[in-house]
Amino acid sequence: MKRFTISPPVAALLLAVVLFLLSGLLPNGYGSNVKVAIAQATNILRLAVFLGVIAAGQTLVIISGSEGIDLSAGAVVTLTAILTYIYVAGANEKVFVALLISLAVGAAIGFLNGAGITFLKISPFVMTLGMAGVVTGAVIILNHGNVQGKVAPIMTRLIARPLSPSIPIPNALIIWLIFGILIWLLLERTTFGKHLFAIGVNRVTAKLSGVNVNGMNLATYALAGALAGFGGFLVVGNTGVVLIQLGQPFLFPSIAAVAVGGTLLSGGKGSYWGTMAGAIVLTLITSLLTTMQMPDSVRRMVLGATLLVLISIYGRQKALRQ
Amino acid sequence: MKRYTWNALLVRYPALFALILLLVAILINFILQPNLFAGDNLNSNMRVFLPIILLTVGQAVVILGGGIDISVGAIVSIINAVLATRVGLSGSPQAMWQYMAAALLMGVLAGALNGFCVAYLRLQPIITTYATSFLYGGLALFILPNPGGGIPASIVEIYRNSTPIGLPLAFFVIAIVLGIWLYLRSTRYGNFLYAVGGKAQAAYETAVPVTWVQFSTYVISGLMAAFSGIAITMLSGAGNAEIGAAMTLNSITAVVIGGTALSGGVGGVAGPMMGAITLGLFQNIVSFAHINTWWETLVKALIIVAALATPGIINLFRRRT
Repeated sequence: MKRFTISPPVAALLLAVVLFLLSGLLPNGYGSNVKVAIAQATNILRLAVFLGVIAAGQTLVIISGSEGIDLSAGAVVTLTAILTYIYVAGANEKVFVALLISLAVGAAIGFLNGAGITFLKISPFVMTLGMAGVVTGAVIILNHGNVQGKVAPIMTRLIARPLSPSIPIPNALIIWLIFGILIWLLLERTTFGKHLFAIGVNRVTAKLSGVNVNGMNLATYALAGALAGFGGFLVVGNTGVVLIQLGQPFLFPSIAAVAVGGTLLSGGKGSYWGTMAGAIVLTLITSLLTTMQMPDSVRRMVLGATLLVLISIYGRQKALRQ
Repeated sequence: MKRYTWNALLVRYPALFALILLLVAILINFILQPNLFAGDNLNSNMRVFLPIILLTVGQAVVILGGGIDISVGAIVSIINAVLATRVGLSGSPQAMWQYMAAALLMGVLAGALNGFCVAYLRLQPIITTYATSFLYGGLALFILPNPGGGIPASIVEIYRNSTPIGLPLAFFVIAIVLGIWLYLRSTRYGNFLYAVGGKAQAAYETAVPVTWVQFSTYVISGLMAAFSGIAITMLSGAGNAEIGAAMTLNSITAVVIGGTALSGGVGGVAGPMMGAITLGLFQNIVSFAHINTWWETLVKALIIVAALATPGIINLFRRRT
C-alpha cells in the first residue's frame, strides 16, 4: 500500500486556504460577503509578494546547506529602499538605474557575507548577523534622522496599483509570478541550480564531483543579497515612504516562509514554489493577528512558535543510535 | 631547549590570543583614559561588563558542547521585564530577592525548552534557538510593552557600589564563576562536555550520555542568562524589554575572540570571559574616541565583525606559511 503523502508546498497552500476561510469567522472578518473576501484575499496575496521576494534569496542560501542563512536580508532591504528613495527623488527616468543600484549594493553586501563565510570560515548565522549590524550602521548614517527623497510615480503605478481599473489584479502579483518562474528556471534548469543542490546535500562529494564549492558559496550569497536588494526596491515602491526599521520585520518571516515551504533547513532540498506558498501563509498569519488586534509581542511569539513547530516536523536530524 | 611556535602555543592555550587582545585593549584604553585603574573607574567599568561576561560564560558552555544559543539575549529581556514589573521602583528588598530566585528558575526553564528541542527532538541548535528567541523576546515585550518600571534604588546601590575589601563586586563574581568552571572541568562532566562538542557520534559510541550533556549545556546557558538579566537590571535599575537583543551577538563574538571554536570541543570559559571584557573595552574606546553619534552603530558593528574575522584571517596566513 502506498503511503498517502502531500508535498510541503501543497500542504502550505492548503493551510493558507484553511486559515483564510477560518479568518472569515472572526468578529471583524469578512463574514458571508464574497466581494469583501475576494478583496481581502487579493490584498493578502499582494502583501505576500514582498515577503516572497525577500525570502527567495533566503531559499537559495538555505538550500546551499552548511547552516546557510542570511540574517542581513532585513537590513539590506532597508538600505536599498532608502538608496532608491534618495536617488530616484520622484523622477521616472531614474527608476531603472535605481533598480540596478539596489541589485548591485545587495550583491556587494552578499558577496562580503559569502567571502567571510567561505574564506574566513565564520558561521553563516554569525557572519550575516554581524553584517546586519554593519548595514544598519550604514543606514543610520545615510538616514541621518530624516531623508529627503520620493518614489517615482511609475514605481507606484507598477508595484502598488492593480493592472487596470477593470482588472483588479495587483501588478506586484504579476511581477512575483514572473520572478517565481525565473527562480524556478534558475533552480531546476541551470547548472547553477544543480550545483546548488549538490553542495547543499554534501559539500565533499560535490567538490569531488567537480563543483567549485567556494565559487558557488560566494555566488549564492551574492545572489541572495541582490534578491534582498530587489526586495527593498519593491517594498519602497509599495510603501512610498522609508523608515529605519523598514526591512527588519521581514527577516524572521522570510526564514519561516522557507521552512513552511518544505525547504530543509539543513540544505539540499527545497523549492521556490514552497517558499511562495510559505510567504502567503506567513503573511496571512501576520495579517490575521493584526485583524485580531494582537500587539507586536503576541505576533512575535506566534511566529516563533510557528517556526519551532515547523522545524520539529521538517528539521529533525538523524538519531545518534543508528 | 624546546622551541614553541606560535601555532603550537595557540593550540595549547586557545585563550592566549584573547589574553593578548585584552592587554592591547587595556593599553589603548589606558592611553585614552589614564585614570582607568583608579578605584571608582575600575568598578564602574567592571559593573558594566559583568552582565555580558555572565552571558558569555553560558554561551561558551553551549558552544563547547557543540551547540549555539541565540536565545540568550531574549532570556535576559524576560528577566529584566519580570523584575521591572513585579518588583517595581518602590518594591521591598524582600520582593527583589524572591523574584531573583524566580528569575533563575525562569532562566533554567527557558534553557530547558531549548535543550529539550535540541537534545531530545534533535533539532538544529541555531534555528531552534532563533525560533525560541522570538518566543522569549515576544514574551518579554508582552510583559513589558513599553520601557518603564524598575527596581528599588537601594538594590541598584548594592550592585553598583559594593566594593568588598576595596575590589569591585564584579571581581568576586568572576572569581566564583571561574572557580566553579575549573571545578566542573576537572569532573567527569567536563570531559563529557569536550567529548560531545568534539564529535557527538564518537562520544555516543563510547557511552557518553550525549543527549543529557547537550540538554544540560542549554540549561546552564539559560541559568547564566538569568544571572546576566539580574545583573543588567541591577545595573540600570530600569525595565526595557529590548535590553537583551544586542547582547546575543556580543556573547557569541566574545566566545570567538576568546579562542573557543564555534565548531565545539575546543577552548574554555576563561578565554571567552576575557573576550567579553575586551569587547567592553573596545566599546569604551569607541566612546572615548569621540566618534560622531551617527557613526557609532557602524563602528561598533565593524569592531564585532573584525573580531569575528580575526581567527579566520590568522588561519588564512597560517596556511600560506
